[in-house]
Amino acid sequence: MYGQYKTIDEANRAVIDKVVSSSPFLVDVVPAKSVIEELNGKVILHAGPPIKWENMTSPMQGSCVGATLFEGWANDADEARKMLENGEIEFIPCHHVNAVGPMGGITSGSMPVLVVENRDGGNRAYCTMNEGIGAVLRFGAYSDDVINRLKWFRDILGPTIAKALKVKGDGLNVNVAMAKAITMGDEFHQRNIAGSLIFLKDITPYILQTDVNEKDKLDVIQFLADTDQFFLNIAMATGKVVMDTARQIQHGTVVTAMCRNGYEFGIRIAGMGDEWFTAPVNTPQGLFFTGYDQDMACPDMGDSAITETFGVGGFAMIAAPGVTRFVGAGGMDDAVTTSNEMMEICIDHNPNFSIPTWDFQGATLGIDARKVVETGIEPIINTGIAHKEAGVGQIGAGTVRAPLACFEKAIEAYAVKLGLIDPQ
Amino acid sequence: MLYTIVKQNSYQDSVNLMLLTNKISTMEGINKVQVMMGTPANKDIFKGSGLYTEELEGAASNDMCIVVDTDSEEKIQEVLDEVDNYLNNQAIAGSKEAFETVRSWDKATKALPGANLAIISTPGQYAAEEAEKAIDRDMHVLIFSDNVTVEDERRIKEKAHDKGLLVMGPDCGTAIVSGVPLAFANVMKTGKIGVIGASGTGIQEVITQIDRLGAGISHAIGTGGRDLNDKIGAITMLDGIKALAQNSQTEVITLISKPPAKEVRDQVVQLLQSLSKPVVAIFLGEDPHNHEGNVYYANTLEETAAIAVDLVRGNEVKPNYNTLQGEVPSVELKPEQKTIKALYSGGTLGYEAATLIARGLNYDNSGAHEEGYLLSTDGFEVIDLGDDIYTQGKPHPMIDPDTRIQYFQKAAQDESTAVILFDVVLGYGSHEDMASALIPGIEKIQKEAQANGKNIYFVATVCGTDQDPQGIDDQKAKLQKAGVIIRDSNNQAVLTSLAMLDMQIEEVQKEVVAGTEVAKVDVTVSEAIERLLTEKPNVVNVGLKKFTEAITSTGGRVVQYDWRPVAGGNPRMRKILSLLK
Repeated sequence: MYGQYKTIDEANRAVIDKVVSSSPFLVDVVPAKSVIEELNGKVILHAGPPIKWENMTSPMQGSCVGATLFEGWANDADEARKMLENGEIEFIPCHHVNAVGPMGGITSGSMPVLVVENRDGGNRAYCTMNEGIGAVLRFGAYSDDVINRLKWFRDILGPTIAKALKVKGDGLNVNVAMAKAITMGDEFHQRNIAGSLIFLKDITPYILQTDVNEKDKLDVIQFLADTDQFFLNIAMATGKVVMDTARQIQHGTVVTAMCRNGYEFGIRIAGMGDEWFTAPVNTPQGLFFTGYDQDMACPDMGDSAITETFGVGGFAMIAAPGVTRFVGAGGMDDAVTTSNEMMEICIDHNPNFSIPTWDFQGATLGIDARKVVETGIEPIINTGIAHKEAGVGQIGAGTVRAPLACFEKAIEAYAVKLGLIDPQ
Repeated sequence: MLYTIVKQNSYQDSVNLMLLTNKISTMEGINKVQVMMGTPANKDIFKGSGLYTEELEGAASNDMCIVVDTDSEEKIQEVLDEVDNYLNNQAIAGSKEAFETVRSWDKATKALPGANLAIISTPGQYAAEEAEKAIDRDMHVLIFSDNVTVEDERRIKEKAHDKGLLVMGPDCGTAIVSGVPLAFANVMKTGKIGVIGASGTGIQEVITQIDRLGAGISHAIGTGGRDLNDKIGAITMLDGIKALAQNSQTEVITLISKPPAKEVRDQVVQLLQSLSKPVVAIFLGEDPHNHEGNVYYANTLEETAAIAVDLVRGNEVKPNYNTLQGEVPSVELKPEQKTIKALYSGGTLGYEAATLIARGLNYDNSGAHEEGYLLSTDGFEVIDLGDDIYTQGKPHPMIDPDTRIQYFQKAAQDESTAVILFDVVLGYGSHEDMASALIPGIEKIQKEAQANGKNIYFVATVCGTDQDPQGIDDQKAKLQKAGVIIRDSNNQAVLTSLAMLDMQIEEVQKEVVAGTEVAKVDVTVSEAIERLLTEKPNVVNVGLKKFTEAITSTGGRVVQYDWRPVAGGNPRMRKILSLLK
């Protein structure tokens, strides 16, 4: 019934073993369309499960306008918006083409993407690079500054990191960087300062050895030094490649993806392959920058919940004392309660990521959709909070829960697929 | 005007919500309020109390529903603030606790690997399932929950028995194992009397009387009220007696039960007679005239304790311990004032009162009663206010004074009432100061009676010890100051009440006759049961968090399992989960 596995527990164990044995390396930065065939037409990738233009949040629509302008498909915002409304541009979820994208997740062909390879499975995953904070495409901004930054990414930042990685030769070992960073207070969703610093430390000597001109070298290093969340996108591509390798085992109830498009929350489980199980998204709760409040918060968006799927992010709240207050938790006691609570819906600990503040227990490993339904404990996700109007950008940070209904639908579909119960 | 607030996915235990409801109902400007989880059963209760609104229709089992009846809309915010305040403060208190809180059995056993006892206080329909999960993990079980079917009880008890485990309950209100009080329990001196009983307050009365007489207990095992029913066959009682017979700390065994089915009784008595330890037994409602061999029969709970204490001290057992003690207060009553209204929070204390008053009246009380009534004849009434019909959507009268005060008032309005008799039960889990909570109601009734030129007398028994969190002396002193006549036992309180109305009970003088020769019964018990009675238990507390306090403060270890229904009680999801094992 479960392929070569005798029980669901055994199948689940096989899936999480793949997570533990993964060996992700950052190997390249390339134009998205060079590795994602679909992006060679008028196609835009977005975060979350499939969505139509009219159901997108304002920030996600703004991101689409920005991408259309960046690709030169339209001359101004009005024209871009018309093209998008008229269906001239096709939308594909990032997840369908081995990619993930933060917030709106909007990715177009000319944007450079990080390439992370899992040497334990041979497959690769892609993610755009982090733009920093303020007016940025992922929150729906498409001003000249935003478009110009994307062009600089395309022309300078991407190629420079790619060249540095070529000098390095065999790629950067992401597991090692994450294992270090988690002991330095990162949970890889809300906080990536340590990971970003480790990346800067690792990549700088190689940047210096490239043939890039001095000014560009300095600009690149300065940008990496200034961008605290740069590592987030590396962690996301890593989560994606690891979970995609693991879900080659198409049995059992381990959650292999969680993502949101501002309209629906979608999950996948190993036993149901590519199928999405969706429910309306929640709106994150948290702390807001001065002048903003909960009423202005945009519903939950982004593929970044791949970090929680991988066992870090909100699940590893206890690893990141620095952000426990920022994401709304009351302090270390609440952080440990949060991680302990998430352990209730997970199968094991991941020995790759030992957390000192959690008595050196490893990060959580393998969300079991059955346990979510059984306990009613909804996975917690640490997240930035976007303003609901495009272009305002991030207005706060907090947490949001994955809706229980996704998990109920997933296990029900699996029970039906196994012929254990009739569809209702 | 009714206002409805539904807080989604905000599960709270029903006891907490009932206490919260009480708190809010005392706020000025609130006519009526009800806070409950949105289960179908609770929605019916909303309907019953006239607080049902359309908004409740969409509420799910894990949604907290607040319906407020108030004339001013501004009150709503105040109510919401109070709700948040109450729930938050409880969280703050909870965050400093010395035990781990978990949400699943797997985590519970990881948090406390040596766990050997589970206390189950979930809603009744889930209790059997959770008890089985505990038994599967080799734990003894105390099921505090009621509303478990007889079939489930039998299945669970057989399963446990086969595994060498003990099931106390269902509806087991109290137990003490190896000095650790479980559920609603009194804090006791440790001693050599082992108690086993099929009733909560029956056990509490006997052990607190033992404590009052200066002796102590080794263990108190609760079997649940139906254990001696012929459908269960005393599975727990028989294993429990054997365990006490084997237990080296126990020298005298004391058994408390309502009269069992004939075959079950024979089986139990045969076991008792085969033991080398002396046994005191009370089958409540029976009127024994002899002791038989090593088995001493008592007529009252007070006598049960007294015989046990004399036995453990090596004293000769006296023929009778039921004589009225102390002076009978002189009374001034109107001619029509002839009756006693006994309003009990403890079911077995009420049952004993009903038995004794019936004897005083020479009334045959064996007929059927309306629910909640233990006796009702010629204006004499004994009511068990802890009966299900009084606790639907309301806290038990041991933790909340309201129902009792209401029935005090009702009793006072009856012209025939001379004496209002009641109990105050102390111990972990009970109200922190029931005396003070009842006194305003008592004083009001006395004042009104005096204004009408008559007296109404209150007589009470306080069931507890000086080590209980409430302190028995303090509770007695407060009640006495308010004019309540206090007696040292339930028996004495009833006898005094009767004597105040010139009624007596004929005392039975019991002789020791030889017991029937019986074949020795094998009394070996499993290692697991032996261990339960020799080491402090490691407890998984499934449900009511308040039960943790007694355990941690007496040296037991506990992990709190914040239980919620599997899959939120959704039947299809529960089925799917069982199929995807």
